[in-house]
Amino acid sequence: MTSSEKFTSMLEAIGLFVAIVGLIVLVASRFGGRRGDRVVAGVFLLPTVVLVLVGLVYPALRTIYYSFYDAAGSHYAGLDNYKTIFTSSDQITVLRNTVLWVVITPFVATAIGLLYAILVDKAKVEALAKAFIFLPMAISFVGASIIWKFIYEYRPDQPGVKQIGLLNQVLVWLGGSPHQWLINSPWNSLFLVVVMIWIQAGFAMTVLSAAIKAIPEDIVEAARLDGVKAWGMFRFVTVPSIRPALIVVLTTIGIGTLKVFDIVRTMTGGQFDTSVVANEFYAQSFRSNNQGLGAALAVLLFLLVVPIVLYNVRQLRRSETR
Amino acid sequence: MTTADAAPAAPLTTTPFVGVDVASGRAKKKLTSRWASLVAVIIAVLWTIPTFGLAISSIRPQGDIQDSGWWSFFSNPHVTLDNYRAVLSSTGTGGLGSYFLNSFIIVIPSVIIPIALAALAAYAFAWIDFKGRNLLFICIFALQIVPIQVTLIPLLTLYVDSGIGGSFWAIWISHSIFALPLAIFLLHNFMKEIPKELIEAARMDGARHVQIFFRVMMPLLTPALAAIGIFQFLWVWNDLLVALTFSGGTSDIAPITVALANLSGTQGTAWHLLSAGAFISIAVPIVVFLSLQRYFVRGLLAGGLKG
Repeated sequence: MTSSEKFTSMLEAIGLFVAIVGLIVLVASRFGGRRGDRVVAGVFLLPTVVLVLVGLVYPALRTIYYSFYDAAGSHYAGLDNYKTIFTSSDQITVLRNTVLWVVITPFVATAIGLLYAILVDKAKVEALAKAFIFLPMAISFVGASIIWKFIYEYRPDQPGVKQIGLLNQVLVWLGGSPHQWLINSPWNSLFLVVVMIWIQAGFAMTVLSAAIKAIPEDIVEAARLDGVKAWGMFRFVTVPSIRPALIVVLTTIGIGTLKVFDIVRTMTGGQFDTSVVANEFYAQSFRSNNQGLGAALAVLLFLLVVPIVLYNVRQLRRSETR
Repeated sequence: MTTADAAPAAPLTTTPFVGVDVASGRAKKKLTSRWASLVAVIIAVLWTIPTFGLAISSIRPQGDIQDSGWWSFFSNPHVTLDNYRAVLSSTGTGGLGSYFLNSFIIVIPSVIIPIALAALAAYAFAWIDFKGRNLLFICIFALQIVPIQVTLIPLLTLYVDSGIGGSFWAIWISHSIFALPLAIFLLHNFMKEIPKELIEAARMDGARHVQIFFRVMMPLLTPALAAIGIFQFLWVWNDLLVALTFSGGTSDIAPITVALANLSGTQGTAWHLLSAGAFISIAVPIVVFLSLQRYFVRGLLAGGLKG
């Protein structure tokens, strides 16, 4: 495809879309009054409902169905795929890594984000200081993975060979010998987790910083008059006041971490026992052509997300009614 | 740290005793804030150095990148734009030019389509009374939690069966579908904040929904639309999974993330191409992000994050 063909194709798509919206608007504008309301609502919602039914509801049901079938999707296999996930040693490693990711990332990223938000709060260069931590959020997971792969890069420990990865060079400067960070399980997963923390700390910082600024000044002042010191202020004023924001940040990062795929795929391709559920789903579905197991892994991902979301919604409700 | 603003005024009006107290308090303040600054600087440096190292590498000659670390650039500065030239060309082994173009071709409709559809749907949910409104809204809201992994294989089959497999259409439609639930939810919340009286007054004057939508809602919602637009832009530009699944990895339609991921997976990593390629792919969202940061932060605080 040439460049101009690509542009033509894009303009065609936009033109078609504008025509569809134009038609919707045309139909809707012919109906007024309370009776016309149903028609207007109908045409406004039609494209969304069709897309969501065809693109989300049907595929999700189909995937659940396939998760009970064999690799080719032709024979009913009962719960075999789910049994595989919880019994085969490869899949147990995948589950272990996923737990590692989900337990570590949200808490460390939130802790760093919170610490930084408090440290730079009301500082002269606050906006600039925040931008440093915030920028990784705009970077793709693929870009971030390349950046960190470069940090972890390893060159054999031989005379005349210089390290080009920063981490190994720091080791050499400190008198140690270089190390292959991404090879040895389970430590290699931790070095991948670092990348996710690097990305997510900025999100945590931004949301928590806004929450900290929303704490009423008189509460802080009253605590200070009572002689509350820095740690007490943090423990008894800041944290309780921003609790709802903390929960939102922790759960949002938790959900994002559950679905992490790009980092694992770009940095190790899931080799060296670093695979996680989202990556294993892709590998089983598209590389090993094991449709049944891939579907079961996708359903597992779904099931893992649900309780986190429900917890989040319940906490939000509770803080609203208070 | 937070007392710094209030402290200076105190000694002028109070007795010497209190003055001493305030002074000692301020000394302590300075001490903690010196440590605080140190910690903040350490975090900022740790967060910046990785990207900085890649940026420096991208302007070093290929031979230098392979033989020494980017920090030796400062003692031995050789600057070249060859890496960028190689990466931006559409031909040759490292040419990623066509993938960059694909990223733009993919991202523009993938931002416009879902936001326009979501705005229409959100308006219906927010300001039109009809039977089953709440139930339908809750259903669409709930669909946010469906991970896209669950939908990929059946969607791929659908696309192939209907003849649009491996084309831009598959990617545009997928991104639009995946964006809808969250976009509708956020826009609905924004629209609900608009005073009811305003809408009712317009209706009393005989305005129809279409007129209210275009003349009242759209101008008031520009910041919200911008915020959601930036989110969707970053999401689509940075996406790997959807592109990988539906593009087939060819230079015809695959975006830059797919090309970089493949390049990074090959043996004997070509750091000169990777660093320049990654840096350009990073530069686009960062420019968008910095120029529209205001809206982005607002969108973030409205609870907009998907994955």
